[in-house]
Amino acid sequence: MIFLNQLVQGVFLGAYYALVACSLSFLFGVMRIVNLAHGSLVVLAAFVLFELADRAGLSPWLSLIVAIPAMAVVGWLLQRLVLDRSLRGGMLVPLLSTFGLAIVLDNLLFQRFGADTRSLAPYIGDLSFDSWSLTDDITVGRLDVLILAVAIVVLGGLQTFLSRTRLGRTIRATAEDPSVVGLIGIDARAVYALATAIAMAMATVAGAFLAMRTTFDPYSGGAQLIFAFETVVIGGFGSLWGTLAGGIVLGIAQNIGAFISPRFFLIAGHLVFLGVLVARVWLSGLNLRRLRVRAA
Amino acid sequence: MVLRWTGRSAAFATAIAAALVVLAVGPFVFAPGVTDRLTALFVYVILGAMWNALAGYGGLVSVGQQAFFGLGAFAAIRLSHAGVPVYPSLAVAALLVGLLALPLGEVMLRLRGGEFAIGMWVVAELAHLLVNLDPLINGETGTSLIALNAVTAPARRADTYWSALGGMVVLLGAMFLMLRGRVGASVQAIRDDEQAAASVGVRVLATKRVVFVLAALGCALAGALWLASAITFQPRAYFSVQWTAYMIFMTLVGGLGTFEGPVLGAVLFFVVETVFGAYGVWYLVGLGAAALLFALFVPAGLWGNAERRYALRMLPVGYHVALPASRQPGGG
Repeated sequence: MIFLNQLVQGVFLGAYYALVACSLSFLFGVMRIVNLAHGSLVVLAAFVLFELADRAGLSPWLSLIVAIPAMAVVGWLLQRLVLDRSLRGGMLVPLLSTFGLAIVLDNLLFQRFGADTRSLAPYIGDLSFDSWSLTDDITVGRLDVLILAVAIVVLGGLQTFLSRTRLGRTIRATAEDPSVVGLIGIDARAVYALATAIAMAMATVAGAFLAMRTTFDPYSGGAQLIFAFETVVIGGFGSLWGTLAGGIVLGIAQNIGAFISPRFFLIAGHLVFLGVLVARVWLSGLNLRRLRVRAA
Repeated sequence: MVLRWTGRSAAFATAIAAALVVLAVGPFVFAPGVTDRLTALFVYVILGAMWNALAGYGGLVSVGQQAFFGLGAFAAIRLSHAGVPVYPSLAVAALLVGLLALPLGEVMLRLRGGEFAIGMWVVAELAHLLVNLDPLINGETGTSLIALNAVTAPARRADTYWSALGGMVVLLGAMFLMLRGRVGASVQAIRDDEQAAASVGVRVLATKRVVFVLAALGCALAGALWLASAITFQPRAYFSVQWTAYMIFMTLVGGLGTFEGPVLGAVLFFVVETVFGAYGVWYLVGLGAAALLFALFVPAGLWGNAERRYALRMLPVGYHVALPASRQPGGG
């Protein structure tokens, strides 16, 4: 039963990963950019929220109302100042520039906040520790349930936005072919800037939950990027519900690893990620062979 | 007419040979501190050149080359623990890691662009965690290259220096020959346009494999050399993503995709580190900002720009086209 509890906790952990991953996946879907500064931006959002709670005494929920538009502006600037120019430089430049940006962000945060770990848990009252007991062994944290609910709302909302609204369709059309949409009067750069702003707004929500459910420090960005990336790869790039599934697989894998020994928490996650890659290579090999047989 | 060697590149090659002779007698001449710093410089040159081989020639941006750096050091520790003499163990460690890169490349090289970049970072994290499990390493506490205790400090300093110098010359020499050969043409074709290269018969995967293994082997040798000069092995210091940040800085500032650029970048990095290293965090902010700005505004790097402007090419890895009108008697 303890094992079953690990599985349940893995699902909730996976919901958090899906939340961190969805903006990475969304930006990749729209611009074909893997944003290596993604984790650092999530951590930046967490620090913004922490400062608002700690200095201004705002409740974290109220701070989110301030921080989300602020981070959306950061996203808009990110696209205008860095990504736009990078995109014109070819395949490699976005990777190099966003990696440079990540180093700048991490170290500026370190310069400002030092090595201390921080958490928003003290600012959200009972929510940080309250839980419901389902059986003797299985307890579900209220915060975890909230994260899962928010992940579903964010992913579902994004999906609906992209498929049902005019703006969403514009974004998808631009993702499909940025030069052709120019012919029908759509400014691809403006669409990209909007998409980056949306991605950063979602990253802020992820940053809030990072700060509430655990501790973070200026160099936490790398780990968040890696979790987000593993989630997206396991779930399949570009598929939003796949992202939720990928997060849950990763969360469960890590919790099963931790069940064997605490040292296997991260190792198990990385191994499942590599296992998925190997399987993909092997399956695409099979597909190729099958194709050849058909062609012959 | 197409030229490979120009007067300038012949003169430059001679100058390099002379400089190497001077460097080879270094430990007899230089102060101990200088010898140590130059050893670090040679390691930087190796790192810059290997990252450039991967990104500048193979079109593969990796943010996980610290995997090989750390594994090289780890393998050297393990080999020397098993009784292999210290200095040969550095080379054997690099070869072993190169072998490991073969199956790893089979999986990783199917990934594209950003997927490959972060995928390699995951590999580095996994390697770090697995190395920590080794009882000899004792988690983050780490261990040292104990066998070096048997060697006196001056002898150790000189031997490490020569190993680093030798390693650098062999790796750069191998890259030079490779770039001039068939692989060089293939690799640059792939970097420019993978599909187009494949369509004219370049074996894309096989070529990438060669570059991937060379870069892994080179970074592993750099890690083993770093271990020989630092002696202590703390996994966190070796598997740090900072090494990749350094490599990217060197390559971008020097010139991505030029042979000479990363060497220039390594020298610049060495100078910047010597002058500003004490500033700690601001120094790292500066490195990141420089990488960001060069990627955005000077993508060819310092050497790449100079090369373009002055048709400069110190080492003949490419070709020069001399127009018939300006034909020199005896040229070519």
